[in-house]
Amino acid sequence: MTQPLLKIRGLKIDGKSDEVWKPIVNEIDLDLKKGEVLGLIGESGAGKSTVGLAAMGFTRDGCRISGGAVDFDGVDLVTASAAVKRNMLGKRIAYVAQSAAASFNPAHRLIDQHTEAPTQHKLRTKAESELDGMELYRRLRLPDPDHIGFRYPHQVSGGQLQRAMTAMAMSCRPDLIIFDEPTTALDVTTQIEVLAAIRDIVEQFDTAAIYITHDLAVVAQMADRIKVLLRGDEVEEAETRAMLSAPREDYTKSLWAVRSFQRPAKLAISTGVIPIVSLKNVSGAYGKSPVLFDVAFDIHVGRTVAVVGESGSGKSTTARCITGLLPPSQGYIEFNGEALPLDYRKRSKDQLRQVQMIYQMADTALNPRSSIGDIIGRPVQFYSGLTGSAKRKRVEELLAQIELEPGQYIDRLPSELSGGQKQRIGIARALAAEPQFIICDEVTSALDQLVAEGILKLLAQLQDDLCLSYMFITHDLATVRAISDDVVVMKDGRVVEQGPKAEMFQPPHHPYTDLLLSSVPEMDPDWLTNLLNGRGVDNIGDAAVGKM
Amino acid sequence: MGSIFQIILQRLALGALTLQIVSIVIFVAVNALPGDFAQAILGQGATDEAVAQIRADLGLDQNYFTRYFSWLVNVLTGNLGISFAQMNFASNMGGDQLVGVVEQIAPRFKATMFLAGVTAIFAVPISITLGVLAALYRNSIFDRAVNITTLSSISSPEFFLAYILILVLAVLNPIFPSLSNVYEGMALGEKLNRTMLPALTLTLVVTAHMMRMTRAAIINLLASPYIEMARLKGISPMRVIVRHALPNALAPIINVIALNLAYLITGVVVVEVVFVYPGIGQLFVDSVKIRDIPVVQACCLIFAAAYILLNLMADILSILSNPRLRHPK
Repeated sequence: MTQPLLKIRGLKIDGKSDEVWKPIVNEIDLDLKKGEVLGLIGESGAGKSTVGLAAMGFTRDGCRISGGAVDFDGVDLVTASAAVKRNMLGKRIAYVAQSAAASFNPAHRLIDQHTEAPTQHKLRTKAESELDGMELYRRLRLPDPDHIGFRYPHQVSGGQLQRAMTAMAMSCRPDLIIFDEPTTALDVTTQIEVLAAIRDIVEQFDTAAIYITHDLAVVAQMADRIKVLLRGDEVEEAETRAMLSAPREDYTKSLWAVRSFQRPAKLAISTGVIPIVSLKNVSGAYGKSPVLFDVAFDIHVGRTVAVVGESGSGKSTTARCITGLLPPSQGYIEFNGEALPLDYRKRSKDQLRQVQMIYQMADTALNPRSSIGDIIGRPVQFYSGLTGSAKRKRVEELLAQIELEPGQYIDRLPSELSGGQKQRIGIARALAAEPQFIICDEVTSALDQLVAEGILKLLAQLQDDLCLSYMFITHDLATVRAISDDVVVMKDGRVVEQGPKAEMFQPPHHPYTDLLLSSVPEMDPDWLTNLLNGRGVDNIGDAAVGKM
Repeated sequence: MGSIFQIILQRLALGALTLQIVSIVIFVAVNALPGDFAQAILGQGATDEAVAQIRADLGLDQNYFTRYFSWLVNVLTGNLGISFAQMNFASNMGGDQLVGVVEQIAPRFKATMFLAGVTAIFAVPISITLGVLAALYRNSIFDRAVNITTLSSISSPEFFLAYILILVLAVLNPIFPSLSNVYEGMALGEKLNRTMLPALTLTLVVTAHMMRMTRAAIINLLASPYIEMARLKGISPMRVIVRHALPNALAPIINVIALNLAYLITGVVVVEVVFVYPGIGQLFVDSVKIRDIPVVQACCLIFAAAYILLNLMADILSILSNPRLRHPK
């Protein structure tokens, strides 16, 4: 048996919080052979990225390696000098970051960033490296590989950037690449292209890789072995197939079980009932560029309509039209059978009260300087006029409704809460207005799966208790499956298909719905291979060109 | 690229409008000064008739609107008028060699621009280099030393810095002359030699601001994902700063440079006085003292135009430093 390429022993990393060093990674061991792909999974805060970066001998500001060894091909990267490490980075170990859009320097063309590592490490001349870059772009099935490199990052789409970044990581033909959530920010259909491209190129060059992700189905496609982390500790490690079929630890089993949450769909709507919200051929535009075309669908009392589509499909714009933040350029919105004024400034307080929103980023949607009591208290006072102890009592009721202990949370600041708790506060703030209809805009996308499940269950419970109607904007079909009664599929500002959930998940589909559904990764490790074989590789290339 | 030209034209038009508004402010402000030229020149014991006579001669008895618009029309046709002091001298002493404000200001303005130019040639590269190095070696002894030095030089009064430089470079080690009385037609070398001390003084005054902005703008970017990416590609720290951080930090740096250049044109009267440098600042102060309104107004207008033009250039350059605008989708 050959020596492993990367051998991490007893790795301990501290993070600084409030001027005190606290351990965030405890005694992690890790072995990686040449050409092998290890999946590193866990929720946010599990230390995945920190371990991934430490495998490069790198720590972010506010972190330090406090013990253990990172042996890469005989060199201990923990004790090595900065110059020795610099000579390894880029050349023998490369990194692919989560957000390619943020990790490419906006001031330079792609190819100049691509050639930087090979020329700085004196492996190739700039001209050679440019040619090699075009070859890699071709292998990664980027459109127009000879010219795309001469564009600036902002001129290239997200999925293409992510492949260009993989090409950049390959530019020195490293022995090891760290992929840090490379597809998390992408749409499902784009994700497939990137996953397929990454997997192919890693196989072609026999590169070892650490693939960091929170998405089990993705890691099942990519990794030979999977290691599960929880709050800086290793939970278990096994071959991918063994791990998927027979997880040993309870935590791993709970991760596996999340995707099974599904509430039963409600009965079909009887005809003739007036919907609570009805969009009548709504078109909308930002300035002169139209983004919505003839969008029409109904939302009925006590039901959840999931609006599905990729980024840029007009989901959030539809929500802005309903709330009146973006008055439609054509069409109108009916609420309980009456037309709403298009502009929110012209709506009465009661009309405003009935339509509330919950946002994707609970972090930025809550005022960081207000206490929880104030955040929820403001709409309580605004809409129901309660003040003083009556207001406080109402806020306490709302906190109890979202399953947070009122006495414990009412005086805290948002920064003292976890992501899931913040999202619950967002829900309470919407409930404070006592609305009949709530728009949930990607409310679980920024959350870990276990936490997201909790939020979905809470929303379902509230719907049953308060007879709420939801418009649930999401790009995640697992969420749709879990919570929706009816589904609206959008693409390029148009509704391509709509109907009850049961019908939508049964063939026959609109071709685009079919593409979306089939693009959701499944736990089966052969899923990607089978899918690609089924679609034919050319098909994926076409999809990429189509997205230009 | 069409959009960029559009933006530039827009900014130019806006600049012209600003200048127009400033001209009103200048006119109102100058006329709000207590006393006028007639009172200032004739002194406390003047008779009312004499004061009225001079006012009539100079057109000061007309109403504000007439005076403003005739001034504006003259300015637009390139005529900044004739200094009151010149006219008064001519009518009392005879002779008809009236020197217009334009001829009066032109050599002073050239001298001011020369001093500002020489200072900028020193100060801008020095500040940016020091800023880059301070960002590279942030929190080191070097960084602190640079910060303390530049901060103390900006905090000291200008005349104090000037006298110290004179003491060290003119008196103790006679390298440069302590008097900077340059005049037109002087050879460039001699002119540079005489301008050196005021230029050095001004360099000390403006460096801190630009250097600290360069440092702060770069450090601000060091937490960006693309900087981390550059480090993870094994790029040397110097290259990370110069090639990856600096190009994205240009906009704020350019703006601070423009502000400091404008200061070099409009705010250096103290240094001019110390070194007897014949710049526009001294002319301006003298004219205010005797309420010589045409000169004061012309100087104000030049100062305002300098600020507006430099800020305009800074705006345009910052826009050009953004690749999103240079290379639209």
